[in-house]
Amino acid sequence: MLTATKAFCGCPNRFGDAPNSNVCPVCLGLPGTLPVLNRNLVEYIMRMGLATGCRITPRSILARKNYFYPDLPKGYQISQYEEPICVDGNLEIELEGGAKTTVRIKRIHMEEDAGKLIHDQGPQTLVDLNRCGTPLIEIVTEPDLRSPREAYHALILIRQMVTYLGICDGNMEEGSLRCDANVSIRLRGETALGTKTEVKNMNSFRNVERALEFEIQRQTDLVSSGGRVVQETLLWDADAGCAYPMRSKEEAHDYRYFPDPDLVPVLVDQAWERSVRDALPELPVPRRDRYERAFGLPRYDADVLTAERPVADYFEQTLTALQTLRPGDGAALAKPVSNWVMTDVLRVVAEEKVDVASFPIAPVRLAAMIGLILDGTISGKIAKDVFEAMLTSPAEPKAIVQERGLVQVSDGGAIAAIVEEVLTAHAAQVQQYLGGNERVFGFFVGETMKRMQGKGNPTMVNAVLKVRLAARKG
Amino acid sequence: MHPWVTYDSTLRALERGETTCEQVTEGFLRTIADGTRLNAFLSVFNEKALDRARAIDRKRADGRAGRLAGMVIAVKDVLSMRNEKVTCASRILEEYVAPYDATVIERLLAEDAILIGKTNLDEFAMGSSTENSAFGPVLNPVDESRVPGGSSGGSCVAVAAGMAHTALGTDTGGSIRQPASFCGIVGLKPTYGRVSRYGLVALSSSFDQIGPFAANVTDAARVLQVIAGHDERDSTSAAVAVPDYSAALTGSCTGLKIGLPNEAFGEGLDAGVRAAVEAAIGRLRDRGAVIMPVSLPHVPYHISTYYILMTAEASSNLARYDGIRFGHRSAEARDLHDVYTASRSEGFGAEVKRRIMLGTYVLSAGYYDAYYRKAQKVRRLIQKDFFDAFASVDLIVMPTAPTTAFKIGEKAADPLTMYLSDIYTVSANLAGVPAISVPCGTADGMPVGVQFIGKQFDEATVLSAAFALEHGAS
Repeated sequence: MLTATKAFCGCPNRFGDAPNSNVCPVCLGLPGTLPVLNRNLVEYIMRMGLATGCRITPRSILARKNYFYPDLPKGYQISQYEEPICVDGNLEIELEGGAKTTVRIKRIHMEEDAGKLIHDQGPQTLVDLNRCGTPLIEIVTEPDLRSPREAYHALILIRQMVTYLGICDGNMEEGSLRCDANVSIRLRGETALGTKTEVKNMNSFRNVERALEFEIQRQTDLVSSGGRVVQETLLWDADAGCAYPMRSKEEAHDYRYFPDPDLVPVLVDQAWERSVRDALPELPVPRRDRYERAFGLPRYDADVLTAERPVADYFEQTLTALQTLRPGDGAALAKPVSNWVMTDVLRVVAEEKVDVASFPIAPVRLAAMIGLILDGTISGKIAKDVFEAMLTSPAEPKAIVQERGLVQVSDGGAIAAIVEEVLTAHAAQVQQYLGGNERVFGFFVGETMKRMQGKGNPTMVNAVLKVRLAARKG
Repeated sequence: MHPWVTYDSTLRALERGETTCEQVTEGFLRTIADGTRLNAFLSVFNEKALDRARAIDRKRADGRAGRLAGMVIAVKDVLSMRNEKVTCASRILEEYVAPYDATVIERLLAEDAILIGKTNLDEFAMGSSTENSAFGPVLNPVDESRVPGGSSGGSCVAVAAGMAHTALGTDTGGSIRQPASFCGIVGLKPTYGRVSRYGLVALSSSFDQIGPFAANVTDAARVLQVIAGHDERDSTSAAVAVPDYSAALTGSCTGLKIGLPNEAFGEGLDAGVRAAVEAAIGRLRDRGAVIMPVSLPHVPYHISTYYILMTAEASSNLARYDGIRFGHRSAEARDLHDVYTASRSEGFGAEVKRRIMLGTYVLSAGYYDAYYRKAQKVRRLIQKDFFDAFASVDLIVMPTAPTTAFKIGEKAADPLTMYLSDIYTVSANLAGVPAISVPCGTADGMPVGVQFIGKQFDEATVLSAAFALEHGAS
């Protein structure tokens, strides 16, 4: 969870700091310390619960999960067991081709993370407790997923939702989103579920899919050859492309859950629930549908733009700014904005690995630049240069255009003069064109634009070329 | 004449200029040095206490001393004090130094109390005789062949033997009241939630409360006044206003309705104790208290319910002593499993191991429902018994302990008999209500205490009745 502080103490909840620097007596589990629940964590988990249609338990209980491990200084993890805060929700996932399926959510509960063991710094194992006590939520689905692909889509949707809700960055590689998958197979027509295994340690969406494919195949081969699936936990090895069982000693746990007597029940009244519900942002699926409906965008554009909330926010802020500049154009402005965001902004974001939210060209500036295209001040081609310049300059696009003399030439006389120069200089190509090879037309456009340093109004350049070439024909 | 020193007598001498805080502290330090055979202290803050006493003398001269200026207080060695050891009388924490102050310590220091040392106890407060200390038993100053009671035996003896004005103990099932009764002083267990547990090394989180030992009720009230009140670092501490306790000490008990539970005067109660307690009740009646029967039907289940829940919580609370980050680590350990088993086997004493095993058992899969869950249900019935009784009475009176102080070694071999010495004290911990033990005479030359149990957060009435008995009614 992206809370500022840890789940039960005031330490910063931050990734990547020097080992054991974000710790205090409470998260170190020193004798005599007591946990105090972070209210924002409750708020965050309620967002996810409400966004997935869960019921919020008015009085939920924090429990201790007892086990010994060096990354767990108290000897127990504070979690929720018998009365979790969110129950009975659902996720509607959409598969390739548009088929939809509903995955029921059994429960969502909150808990604290453990620290980290570091094994690769010499012969000793080191313990970093920075992560100790950082807040997590765990979403448990019912056995409704029928294929690795469905699991993949469910995870992608979960990531999309948590980022939309602003509660998690959804980064699987860094471990802020993790997945443990239970797998069982059964004969077609069988109603009871088969014996399940649990697969852990998948650190990407693609690896979840691969691990599940592997495990389904393993179980299928096993059962086909007369064997029986044993309930066990397997660890996915992405390099080897296979999952192997954990040592049984590591999983033979009786966690002895019981209500944590250091913490009081988590009470959520209707007013609190309502305030969280009212503050929920528009979620990805409704937002995508709105982009198609209200802006007339193609489904592809709507999907790309809403995949991540910062992109959608950036798109809408740009569109709103542009609509202010050109009040008459309304939804017609959506497609040009979409094109710029999808092709140019997202290209730079991917190449430079920058955040959309802190993109060097703020939505207002991008809108101003698109405005210059639409009012004919610059060509789309020049705009690409202006866009590049804006990445490193804080100046307004109009200033950049003027400073660099990039204003589009729409003076017919000036264009005609250059066109004449080009046609005169390339008599052979003119003959080819007149002989029926219309493909050289592009060559004349290019040459003309080159001589005009790209500033010729493309529509006018085309038109003048056509007229002058036609004149030569006759 | 009694060896103890009341804060009142010191205050009068200070006000008349007959003594200084430094001299008072020196006097207590001499008594401590002369009484080392009693084994009440695990550490004594000689120079540190004197430095502080001199600083408080200067503050007194400037007229800016706190409410407990010059009160010399001993602290049970389960409370964290910055840069001081907290051993819990256990080998496993023998060298552990706390980096922070418990809330109660902060509050006492803020009012200019002088902390003189940390006192001996049953290891991790598990015991009723202070024979379970890893650092040797504490002797009863009234008869040194007898136990002082426990688990806060050291704190109790510190006050009873005149080594401090008052002392802090902790009471999980009677660990303040039973020793107070055995040594003939006052011991108060506040309402659960009245005093912050932050910094108290937990035995059993839903029962533990910090409270004062004092030579008289007035001093107990003074200490409670300072340590009581909400603390945001303890979620279970209550945001209930703290009244002025001194105002409750009127000496009158006219019209006070005191309930007498028949269940507490049956089998197992020593005849001498019964006679002393009944005589005290008679004196209260003579002074206008209304004595009426009440029923606590679940008394036969109090001990078993208490020992199931207390050991369950303790087994989890003590998991953090794993030899990883702090505390004893076995030199024999070869691998991680050894670090746990060998460190804990070497570090914990027999009674601690017994309770960890009992608690682990009652929380285990397959036994949880039969033991832990059932005991939780019975606890609610017990709480209801008290709630029902308090519908008609202001207080409940009963013996503090079924016997006077027993001989050292007498019950050490039989844990069940030892557990039964808590029979009258665990009730208040199960119900979470306040209770006090106040001297009411002797039986065969040993002190007897009578116990007043009050409504939640009504320490004022409990103190008031104890004060009335102490003044005139005795």
